[in-house]
Amino acid sequence: MATTEEIRAKLAELVNDIAGTPVEKVQLDKSFVDDLDVDSLAMVEIIVGCEEAFSVTIPDEESKNLVTVGDAVAYIEAHQA
Amino acid sequence: MTTIVITGLGATTPLGGDVPSTWEAMLAGRSGVRQIQAEWAAELPVRIAGQVLVDPSERIDRVKARRLDRSTQLALIAAQEAWEDAGFTWEHPGAVDPQRLIVSVASGIGGLHSLLDNWDTHKEKGYRRVSPFTIPMLMANAPAANVGLAVGAKAGVHAPVSACASSNEAISLAIDRLKLGRADIAVVGGTESTIHPLPIAAFAQMQALSKRNDEPERASRPWDRGRDGFVLAEGAAVLVVETLEHALARGARIYATLAGSGITSDSHDIVQPEPSGEGQAGAVLKALADSGLSASDIKHVNAHGTSTPQGDLTEAQSIKMALGTGPIVTSTKSMTGHLLGGAGSLETLACVLALRDRLVPPTINLDDPEPGLPIDIAATVRELPAGDIAAVNNSFGFGGHNVAVIVTSEHATR
Repeated sequence: MATTEEIRAKLAELVNDIAGTPVEKVQLDKSFVDDLDVDSLAMVEIIVGCEEAFSVTIPDEESKNLVTVGDAVAYIEAHQA
Repeated sequence: MTTIVITGLGATTPLGGDVPSTWEAMLAGRSGVRQIQAEWAAELPVRIAGQVLVDPSERIDRVKARRLDRSTQLALIAAQEAWEDAGFTWEHPGAVDPQRLIVSVASGIGGLHSLLDNWDTHKEKGYRRVSPFTIPMLMANAPAANVGLAVGAKAGVHAPVSACASSNEAISLAIDRLKLGRADIAVVGGTESTIHPLPIAAFAQMQALSKRNDEPERASRPWDRGRDGFVLAEGAAVLVVETLEHALARGARIYATLAGSGITSDSHDIVQPEPSGEGQAGAVLKALADSGLSASDIKHVNAHGTSTPQGDLTEAQSIKMALGTGPIVTSTKSMTGHLLGGAGSLETLACVLALRDRLVPPTINLDDPEPGLPIDIAATVRELPAGDIAAVNNSFGFGGHNVAVIVTSEHATR
């Protein structure tokens, strides 16, 4: 089971890879779209990247609720195997 | 009557990563055709291509590049060079009135790598791994749209598709739009990147490609009796063109006049040119009429000249039919290979530089010319006369598309 910090760090890596945002900016309170230069299509890639990295399934209707990095980390923590 | 002039040039080709290096290689008669080093090439009947000399990853930021097909990346590199060459700053829209700025940048095939790579991903890993950027990467208007975003064009972004005539058609479309008064300035050109096993297999199955795998630099040999097909190549070429009035008002350096264009369609066969050359000659005659010029004004032709057995002969006839035997003809595809949708604009760009330097680049590998050719082909660099002269660039495409563009030395900044 990945810890909160491990999940955040992996997410930071994904956001950096996909949107070019510096990893240190990817903190729990930050909004993907408003703070981290992630547009709607890049968000899809981040969601899929999370599914691959943490062996979780994030349905499209759920992904709409993942506004901040903290939302995504919480979802993954609750659903990882 | 609106006069249109050419004020910026950009290119990235198998001969060089920009216009000066490409032109220098053309005048030196260097070939940009090489063996393909990728593993997949080993099992193909054709293992040579004109690959860009400077990889786009050296010029385009990684994060940006992952949402752009390689064909769009090449277009952006060429467009940036052209836009800056014309005196503007890249990615700072507003230098010209956006409502008077258009883009007309073609690709013959579109984002082929993006399409096929994502299909591979789909087959191997399932739909969930398909990139959400696939569609905006593969659409054939993606190069034009991305150039439009970079320069801030709001008067229209166009991407005519007519196979290997596409970028000449893009130039022609812009000429018409400017002459109609729809815009004052245009970014025009074309791009292509199809060096991938599928198109190579497909063109090879058509028997369209040269199989001279052991002598890549000698493979593209228009009008030579030993020619056995064209060489697939990638790259992009872009020009900035504007009304003379607009260019003079901003004190722009002028390379040449973009005098006019002509378009015909063969309505004969989906791939074979109409054998008499009537359709091809018709495009040149229409371009002459559009330009207000006569055949005797044309001193140089950059031919389509792909190095296919039938195509080269038909074109030789059509050039003679339209222009007689006077112009010095060359095929720079002997050096670059065939850039498909990027070919027309690259060869129009070569015409501009030929007029500027009064030098026609050679048709290399013309060791044993077809007997009885009715045109004067430059096997070595040839000089053009002084004074106001004109050049024709021919581009033809599968589907029977014939597009001729004429540039003249008129209004060039001396």
